Amino acid sequence: MRKFHLTAAILLIGALFLGACGTPVPTQAPPVAQPTTAPAQPTAAPAEPTTPPKPFRVAVVMPSAINDLAFSQSMYDALLAVQKEMGGPDNFEIAYSENMFVIEDAAAAIRDYASQGYDLVIAHGSQYGSSLQEIAPDFPKTSFAWGTTLDTFGMPNIFAYEARSEEGGYVNGVMGAMLSKSGVIGVIGPIETGDAKLYVEGFTAGAGSVKPDINVSTVWTGSFSDTALASQAAQTHIDAGADVLTGTAQMVTGAITVAQTSNVPWFGTQSNQKTLAPGIVVASQVYHWEVVLTQMIDLIQQGTYGGQAFAINLKNGGEVIEFNPDYPLPADVQTAAENTIQGIIDGSIPIPITY
Amino acid sequence: MIQDLLTPAVLLGVAYSGIRLATPYLYATLGETIGQLSGVLNLGVEGMMLMGAYAGFYLTFRTGNPWIGLLAAVIVGALLGLANAVITVTLKAEQGISGIGMFLFGLGMSELLFRMSLGSVETVRGFAALRIPWLGNLPVIGDLFFNHSLLVYAAYLLVPVVWFILNRTTWGVRIKAAGQNPAAADALGVSIARVRYVTVTLGGVLASIAGASLSIALLNVFQQNLTSGMGFIAVALVYFGGWSPWGALAGSLLFSTVNALQNWIQVLGIPIAPDFALMLPYVLTILMLAIPFRKARQPAALTKPFERGEG
Amino acid sequence: MAGIGERLRSRILSPSWLAILTPLAAVAAALAVGALMLTLLGVSPAAAYAAMFDGALGSVNSLADTLVKATPLLLVAVGICIAFRGGMLNIGGEGQLILGALAATTVILALPDLPSWALIPLGLVLGFAAGALWGAVPGVLKARLQVNEILTTIMMNAIAVQMLNYLLRGPLMDPAQVQAGSFIPQTARFTSAADLPRLVPTRLHAGFLLAIVVAVLAWILLWRTTIGFRIRAVGLNPFASRRAGIRVSRYGVLAMILSGALCGLAGAVQVMGVNHRMFTDGSSAGFTGSAGFNGIVAALFGQLHPLGAIPASIFFGGLIVGANAMQRAVQIPSAMITALNGLLVIFVVSSDIWRRRLVQRQQKAEAAKALAGAEPAPT
Repeated sequence: MRKFHLTAAILLIGALFLGACGTPVPTQAPPVAQPTTAPAQPTAAPAEPTTPPKPFRVAVVMPSAINDLAFSQSMYDALLAVQKEMGGPDNFEIAYSENMFVIEDAAAAIRDYASQGYDLVIAHGSQYGSSLQEIAPDFPKTSFAWGTTLDTFGMPNIFAYEARSEEGGYVNGVMGAMLSKSGVIGVIGPIETGDAKLYVEGFTAGAGSVKPDINVSTVWTGSFSDTALASQAAQTHIDAGADVLTGTAQMVTGAITVAQTSNVPWFGTQSNQKTLAPGIVVASQVYHWEVVLTQMIDLIQQGTYGGQAFAINLKNGGEVIEFNPDYPLPADVQTAAENTIQGIIDGSIPIPITY
Repeated sequence: MIQDLLTPAVLLGVAYSGIRLATPYLYATLGETIGQLSGVLNLGVEGMMLMGAYAGFYLTFRTGNPWIGLLAAVIVGALLGLANAVITVTLKAEQGISGIGMFLFGLGMSELLFRMSLGSVETVRGFAALRIPWLGNLPVIGDLFFNHSLLVYAAYLLVPVVWFILNRTTWGVRIKAAGQNPAAADALGVSIARVRYVTVTLGGVLASIAGASLSIALLNVFQQNLTSGMGFIAVALVYFGGWSPWGALAGSLLFSTVNALQNWIQVLGIPIAPDFALMLPYVLTILMLAIPFRKARQPAALTKPFERGEG
Repeated sequence: MAGIGERLRSRILSPSWLAILTPLAAVAAALAVGALMLTLLGVSPAAAYAAMFDGALGSVNSLADTLVKATPLLLVAVGICIAFRGGMLNIGGEGQLILGALAATTVILALPDLPSWALIPLGLVLGFAAGALWGAVPGVLKARLQVNEILTTIMMNAIAVQMLNYLLRGPLMDPAQVQAGSFIPQTARFTSAADLPRLVPTRLHAGFLLAIVVAVLAWILLWRTTIGFRIRAVGLNPFASRRAGIRVSRYGVLAMILSGALCGLAGAVQVMGVNHRMFTDGSSAGFTGSAGFNGIVAALFGQLHPLGAIPASIFFGGLIVGANAMQRAVQIPSAMITALNGLLVIFVVSSDIWRRRLVQRQQKAEAAKALAGAEPAPT
């Protein structure tokens, strides 16, 4: 009887892995959706980085998965884009550590990459700041980049970068208010901090600029990853009369599918989310970190390892409103959006966010 | 402000959302209840839910047919349940720990398989909401109760079925005996190992279906860590429900309805900090337990592997 | 839970070499399965495991990282030892860690001008106290109202996270953040007076030594004091204990309080020795690294003995650090690491049966020998 149980156990575990064998296996680094469509408008052309004699090596530490369709994916996609521009993995080497939501593990990763001689180590998460502050002085020849923030700690080898997500939020808000017939818009956010807070405030301001009495209500789910809660929040918004939805963080996939079922238009941010629901995603504010990455790489190659802060915004093409060609956007909304974008770029439209 | 919350429209919305999202909790809690009644604690429900969610999603995505996805989830759940049975019943491992191991394994494998097979986040057309012909057209209750996805209906229908099996069949007697007094049951000829193998495997199947209900009925998407702790809440709800299927129903409904409520609190702009609103389901669950209106004792042999002669 | 006591006895009375060998064999088996999975991913298992070993033990820095990782695991594990021995299952480590860290954070931010010799003990003591409180609630609910502690501790973990989010988004947020408009949910960096002193010029901090001292103290408590004896008695056999006049519920609560207190201490140690500020990512795991759960596993690897928890935590810490290094070196998805972690736990915990069988056989042999020696030779 015992022998039977043992054999059953071995067979079972074997069966589980034979199951894994069945799925197609890539022979190298995990497949990630290639960076999505080229930006709708030509970016404020960044200086073409000169090809280095040996490969430029970049390592990035991220708090969530590279395929999260949000924060981490935006950086990973940007790195792939830079790699392509620089001629491939032979010229531009990328290493990543994902799901580093435990700070001390991230610190170990950052230190490890630095000691392996990577040219640029990107700490893609505001929570990594303290670790960076401790590690950077030990590696004066390594350049570190920290986002999303503007604080370089005054150190010569730390770059800082952030996203002025309120800008795209404002544009999305303008469009959303024009599309909404019920006058109720629903927002699903993770925690009211960082670039999520900026986006939501920008969106609310933008919507209010079109219809001052519009009702934009926000549900904060308290997590960046709880997809079920996000879907419940979206459903609640719809039940409360919302006919336009938006949100930020990787959990919004749950909200997007609810929007799809109820045929409610969706505005996205951080990554282009139209692949998820081509019928209802109107536009996404896509982060194109390449814009600041190439500037950093240039500076590093000229011997400056840090001390500057960068922001991606609508003006420098780091943030791009990518419209979904499959969504029938009325012409007046499109025009209003483009005017708003222009207004933000030339400064004629200030975005009131609370500090 | 609070009056806004008590309007019929809002309350109906809360109830609908609560009924809907109680589904995964219900499947998982029912499965865990059966397992625990027979004496086995499975803390790995979350991992099995994730594997079921992935399997259901992937097969539905590839074939376009959610029924095939459901079948895949059932098979995967059975395999995992069987593995769990081997670990807990035959190898007599410490159940609290093996459960955590199963959770980590399911969490990792589901995402790993997802990366290897799909990579980027996609949606599927899963089990859409079905309005039941005559009942679904009744005013108010039609919308509320009879306009849900098939997997939702099945979960609720499962409750009386499980109750019947546990309380009106010999199988139920055996299950409860295995958890309450295995030595006596064994002496009377009941194969404790066989009973527990069945309950644990069934637990795996139900956990897997719970996950699939998320990925191919309610959310129609799969992502890393889709369940975000639901499996552990389900285990807690078994205790809350006093090891009874009706208790499981009550617990699942309470939990998801309060979650729906806190959403509305935020939507209506009621000035409670979102963090406190989010605490509500947990605080309420503890409070409800502190009220001593039911003294359900846990199965005496829970987490004790059975060995003849050891008792 | 009386059953735990009986099983505990069989787990503890065993020759120590068996206790070490069986889990190691299980680890080897799990790594073998992992090697299979790595090959399927197109990665060389040799390269991967070499990176893992190197990451955990390959240099002074790696070793320091391993010990730093082990510190909260050890404190939690010792707490779990005490709780289990008292018949309580404390799944609330995550929440108790957070509360302990929050308490230490609050006092450090409130009194930045205190010198180190006052600030550090103050932070640690408050962390200990806050954790004790968070552990007392489930303990008392169980003692007074028979509310199962698994349920309450799971719920209180979730509540703790929300409290953390609330405080860090508001009252405790770094004023510099508010000013800069970035609103990252974290506090200001603590005054360096609150930093735990470093041992060796690496990331290794005095918290590790503290954890070892705590483990020894726990051993002394459990086996050399009356209180400890009573805790163990209550866990092994609550009925007999009650008959012997020991207030069962009181010692159960005490076990939970001590367990929670040690988790709270772990949280304070983490925030003062490693992070130097408090932050959140919405879940508990960002701060705790799931030490509240991993500590339970480490406790069982260490055969539920506070001294056994020391090598177990170091081993487990090394495993985690090494696995992360492996992920970086061969660029596999982190999900592979999680799955491997799960396999390791399953294999090790399943291998225990062989150890127990061997122990039983050995005990039977000894009993037979004793009997043969006692009986007079038949004539």
